[in-house]
Amino acid sequence: MEKPIQEERKAFLTGNEVVAWAALVAGAEFMYGYPITPQNEIMHYWTRLAPRYKRGFLQTEDELSAGFTTIGGVMGGKKAFTATAGPGNTLMQEPLSMAEMMRLPVVVVVQQRGGPSTATVIYSQQEVTLTTMGGNGEGLRIVYSTSSHQELFDYTIKAFNTAWRYRFPTFVLGDGYQAKMREPLTLYDPEARGVAMVGTEPFVGKEGVPGIERPPAQHRNTFSLEEELYEKVKTDAGDYEKIAPSVAEYSSKYTEDADLVILSHGVVFRAVAEAVGSLREHGFKVGFFRPVTLRPMPVGPAREMAQKAKKILIAESALGQLARLFKEAAFGAQAEIHTLFKPGMGITAEEVEEKARELLQ
Amino acid sequence: MEAVRTEMPAPAMPRSWRVDTKPHKFCPGCGHGLVLKCLGQAIDELNIQGRVVFGCDIGCSLLSWDFFNIDTIQTHHGRTTPVMVGLKRARPELVTIAYMGDGGGYAIGAQHLVNAASRGENITVVLANNTQYAMTGGQMAPTTLPGQKTETTPYGREPETTGYPFMGPEMVAAITREGAYVARGSVANLRQLKSYIKKALENQIAGRGFSFVEALSGCPTNWRTNAAETWDFIEEEMPNYFKVGEIKASAAAKKGEEDG
Repeated sequence: MEKPIQEERKAFLTGNEVVAWAALVAGAEFMYGYPITPQNEIMHYWTRLAPRYKRGFLQTEDELSAGFTTIGGVMGGKKAFTATAGPGNTLMQEPLSMAEMMRLPVVVVVQQRGGPSTATVIYSQQEVTLTTMGGNGEGLRIVYSTSSHQELFDYTIKAFNTAWRYRFPTFVLGDGYQAKMREPLTLYDPEARGVAMVGTEPFVGKEGVPGIERPPAQHRNTFSLEEELYEKVKTDAGDYEKIAPSVAEYSSKYTEDADLVILSHGVVFRAVAEAVGSLREHGFKVGFFRPVTLRPMPVGPAREMAQKAKKILIAESALGQLARLFKEAAFGAQAEIHTLFKPGMGITAEEVEEKARELLQ
Repeated sequence: MEAVRTEMPAPAMPRSWRVDTKPHKFCPGCGHGLVLKCLGQAIDELNIQGRVVFGCDIGCSLLSWDFFNIDTIQTHHGRTTPVMVGLKRARPELVTIAYMGDGGGYAIGAQHLVNAASRGENITVVLANNTQYAMTGGQMAPTTLPGQKTETTPYGREPETTGYPFMGPEMVAAITREGAYVARGSVANLRQLKSYIKKALENQIAGRGFSFVEALSGCPTNWRTNAAETWDFIEEEMPNYFKVGEIKASAAAKKGEEDG
């Protein structure tokens, strides 16, 4: 396969374009998709780039179909992905619950928009609960929340490896701001940087005649007995727990001596990092903590931070969806928890700084 | 196999059936076993066991998830069509079969059937029509006949309020282009049903487009019928609405029938 990017290069792109490039260099062979704002340009760029590199695309009749056709592609042994947002993400949870049950390495890029319902096509962080815990199951999926275009690129590549290595559905959780804004990043071929791409394997349509040369490969998501299902869920949850510490990622700074730690994820983290920098310059003992994986949460480090901090401020463009995940991880810690919740609205560094100053007085 | 008594000869089964999962899990008198026998024979005759992937839906069709010695995916209610579409797009060399009931195909998965047919997806859909939702205990389906009693039409289906039976193959024929294969068979005529299924598979193998076979099937459990009543319903009542025959067949498929 011809490499789309031979040599590293600087680029100035929108986030959706970045995702298309990342999927391309990660070796994604097929995208199945359905239009919904603000993720449309992932398809637009993919459909322009894909034929040049012999990759496939199918525009489906809805997100149910986009999810289930992606499952078909993955089960055929191809690196396949889809992208969605908002109400599309709601529909996408049906196929994703099947992927969760059947341990299918489906990759989904979500560019969050306002909610509930149709809401706005612009931006939010309101798809955290849906993406981490959606479906009638136990949330056995991996969710990377990106905060910059470089991360969109890096984590979209990584999502394919995580999915195919551990066989849990994997999400890249962006948002409308990241999707639509343009910023500089470095594009590269992962293998040129020593990032080996995990290989694929067909679940069905394998070599040899089933029943004669090999047993048939038969995959189901339905069980007759409670005990059968119990064993299945316990096994999968056990696998998930085992990999969680090596999958979980976070970043933090200045938390050791902090009177206040500001917790955030995704694009809001950029405002928080700027605010923390400015507050430190003014002599305030403030730090930040940012989970990169929202599922699994970096439970150990989050709890440790919450045990040390006097106060925690949780900033998010939702009404406490990150806060719920964090409180579960940090259960029992004594820190006072304060919030800056702006569902469906952007959060600026100035707002964060102002709120932090209030809390530090 | 030690459970099989030596004096009882094993019934003749298609080569592509998985013997260790027989007897199958369908109720006595169920039509699914007959449809799947025709499908198994067609697969045998075409010698494609090594390149077929079978997908089954939710509803009674899910009980076929280990029915064949064939790679199989059991999906969600109505979603077998898109899974097989996605697979076929990714692996065009495979022969993909989506197997479902009338609820899966004509109600909850209707948008997938319509769009896969309309796009001319090169897959084969086999749909068993037993005029109601069987797995959930016999509720009205889009295919329930006028006056037919089900759990949600206890006084009989009233077309004024709940519509007339859904004409699946006629709808598929109307929205597909030349090259599609569309037929309605019946478990009352297995030789014919097998030939329709075989032609539907040949149509896919030849890359001519969407192939669809509805099979009129029986459900004595939910119909609460004895053997004679069951066959009467399949042979006399159902064809009042559902005409058996080829509804759309390309010249090539028709030629196959003449030759065959």
